[in-house]
Amino acid sequence: MTALQNVRPHARYTVQLPRSDDFAFWRERARALIQCDVPPDKVAWVEPGGSGDLFAADGMRLPAPSADAPPVRASKRYLSLATNAALHSDPQRFALLYRLLWRLQANPRIMEDKADPDVRRVEELAKNVRRDSHKMHAFVRFRQVEEEGGAEHYIAWFEPEHHILRANAGFFRRRFASMRWSILTPQGTLHWDGETMREGPPAQKTDAPHGDPVEDLWRTYYASIFNPARLKVGAMLSEMPRKYWKNLPEAALIPELIAGAQQRESAMVAAGERDDGARLTSLAAIGEAIDSCRKCPIGCLDNRAVMGEGPGDAALMIVGEQPGDVEDMEGRPFVGPAGQLLDMHLERAGIDRSAAYVTNTVKHFKFTMRGKRRLHQSPTAKEIDTCRWWIESERELVKPKLVLAMGASAARGMLGKTVSIAKARGAPIMLEDGSELWITAHPSYLLRLDGEARDRQATLFDADLAAVQARLAELVEGGVP
Amino acid sequence: MSRAPILDRLKILADAAKYDASCASSGTAKRNSTGGGIGSTEGMGICHAYAPDGRCISLLKILLTNHCIFDCHYCINRKSSNVQRARFTPQEVADLTISFYRRNYIEGLFLSSGIIKSSDHTMEQIVEAARILREEYDFRGYIHLKTIPEADPEIIHRAGFYADRVSINVELPTDAGLTRLAPDKDARQIEGALGKTSSDIVEAKDAKKRFKHAPRFAPAGQSTQMIVGADAASDADIVGRASRLYDSFGLRRVYYSAFSPIPDASAVLPLKRPPLIREHRLYQSDWLMRFYNYRPQEIMQATEADGNLPLDIDPKLAWALKFRERFPVDVNRASREDLLRVPGLGVKAVQRILASRRHRTLRLDDVARLTVSLTKVRPFICTVDWRPTLLTDRGDLRALLAPKAEQLELFAA
Repeated sequence: MTALQNVRPHARYTVQLPRSDDFAFWRERARALIQCDVPPDKVAWVEPGGSGDLFAADGMRLPAPSADAPPVRASKRYLSLATNAALHSDPQRFALLYRLLWRLQANPRIMEDKADPDVRRVEELAKNVRRDSHKMHAFVRFRQVEEEGGAEHYIAWFEPEHHILRANAGFFRRRFASMRWSILTPQGTLHWDGETMREGPPAQKTDAPHGDPVEDLWRTYYASIFNPARLKVGAMLSEMPRKYWKNLPEAALIPELIAGAQQRESAMVAAGERDDGARLTSLAAIGEAIDSCRKCPIGCLDNRAVMGEGPGDAALMIVGEQPGDVEDMEGRPFVGPAGQLLDMHLERAGIDRSAAYVTNTVKHFKFTMRGKRRLHQSPTAKEIDTCRWWIESERELVKPKLVLAMGASAARGMLGKTVSIAKARGAPIMLEDGSELWITAHPSYLLRLDGEARDRQATLFDADLAAVQARLAELVEGGVP
Repeated sequence: MSRAPILDRLKILADAAKYDASCASSGTAKRNSTGGGIGSTEGMGICHAYAPDGRCISLLKILLTNHCIFDCHYCINRKSSNVQRARFTPQEVADLTISFYRRNYIEGLFLSSGIIKSSDHTMEQIVEAARILREEYDFRGYIHLKTIPEADPEIIHRAGFYADRVSINVELPTDAGLTRLAPDKDARQIEGALGKTSSDIVEAKDAKKRFKHAPRFAPAGQSTQMIVGADAASDADIVGRASRLYDSFGLRRVYYSAFSPIPDASAVLPLKRPPLIREHRLYQSDWLMRFYNYRPQEIMQATEADGNLPLDIDPKLAWALKFRERFPVDVNRASREDLLRVPGLGVKAVQRILASRRHRTLRLDDVARLTVSLTKVRPFICTVDWRPTLLTDRGDLRALLAPKAEQLELFAA
């Protein structure tokens, strides 16, 4: 019996597929039909729940190909695309695949012609299915439930767009091989018990558990990892379309995060806001401006700004930390106990204070009230950095050849980083403008010590001042004193 | 030490980690858990969620602690910053990773840390978290560890055996920028560590070829990150630095992170952030170098007078507009290299054109089916039925092709 005897030339055939994703079944039928030379317009493919071809003869048996019918050819590319495209929800997919297979017999290289509309369409379907699978790998969210006996069971509810559930069982099995899990979908269910995979009937959302305490942690993570300074809603939507949101525990936060983003960003910017403008051109102007400076909390305390003093072209600039109680009342730097101690040591080293420009890193007195006394508080690194603007402005105008920074705050004000006094003292550090920075302890540090420790520190302090005096003499020699 | 609830600490330590751009989980060795353990990596990275900043969430990206003894001005976790501090133990990090992984929230872990006590101590803790995951949980998912250049090379080396990817941030495109903004870091030390890891990777690959059981060492390679817009470096500087880094250390990726205002910002930083699009243009130029055979010099040719790439059009179009004599390109004859230069034609579209033209002579309609948008491509190609004639040479071509400025739709979602 030959193929031709089996086929009625004008008959139409209907193939009923047992399952919407049964590619193997389709492939077998398609092969037989092609071997019997049944053209694409004579076959209708019907999936479960779909309507058949009105003109097809009901119950007509499919033709059987003869034993010597030529084998059906399909390129590798066709097969790999068709395996995916067959899972698409488009009801026309099987007809399209059959038509392309039919054309492939006449033109074995048709798959290479990317501009062919059928080839394009199959590629598109396959791409959609691959994307849906990829999104399934990404967006399935398991919820843990404790079963009797304390065993953990992870259950997810997912709504895929195409018929991809069974095709992706392997991915989840390979990843969660040692877990007991189930994935429920409107098209069917998968259950893995650690050893075997079981398929079940379609499920409903209510079959899945309603929550999991770990989801709170996950939502917290999602909200915290988001950077409000870089809102790109379009980019998010193209990769995580709204249709997936309903089954993602974190998605409920999105509208709120977006609405809050701008506020959060402006709050961040406002918190760091500084409108420094241009540098001032005279020390007098700086003296005036610092008085109204409220860029850090110290400026808002009940105190006044203390400007540096000394010749506007001094070769030596002495920088302390901040004005103290006495300085704040008198409005001059280094006039309190620490100032008196400094004067004594300067004299001993032979440094003329009146020839030096003496100033502070932070311009206002930072304190807390303890009873009726104002107790000194160290400025924070941030406050020092904020105040750097002023000390840099002073330095640009005075242009000292040598800067003596006393204490860690002054050192930070000069360098922008925190250094250890013990390590940095005794040797010059070159500043950007070519002047030298020498670092030593703050005289108030000596005031806080007593006995042997104080003597030792006083000796070190004197040695530093002596070194500064010697270096200063070298620097101004032959130049302007 | 009393500890805040894990939820509060997660909030602080995830918030502190968000300035690291990388979240890649692809390109590592293939593994699965059918033989035991948990987890798999199958080549393709998976983005499990997207945040409204458009960035993918693939890994649990957190810091072990945001305490830090360093004082880098661009960093929210610097010593002098006023942020709330918290820390996790390595065990807590491992537990959290596993409970997220089991629920299919993530592909794995990206662990970084502020420096506590010493660089060595911190690096030990990071490696310990990875060790617990790999050895105690038999975790087979993805691990990315940030390594600390100042730490003992021996500890960094151990990190490579647990991690899929290791990374060290070069932080700023220029050495001057690094000295000013990250006074505790040293450019030579960073490059030294990059170099050491790069040779370790090559060595391990070599050993793997000869001995089947040789351990894998960072199979997904190493990457780095540069902050854009915090210092004065131009795009040309940045592209130059990136290409040197790719060449000298065989990096998988150089990430760019547009400097964004951080709470409690240091006074040294610029207050205005660079436009986000600048970061995007740098990524595009990165792409052109990696997949389109552009040399770094050619990217620099596309920059404008100030050394920066134009913001309104992409670098490929900018280059094409500067070298109009190379266009139009005949899609039926041109070489792959020339087709890759056509604005609007991607690597895939070029492949499709090359395959199709063996079967038919391409018309404009055919090209339309093979590409995303014809408008962009049209001035630069010719087909059997199309020649752009005057279009390619029009003075206002840039204006015609530049995307229309749009008001950002803030409340779209």
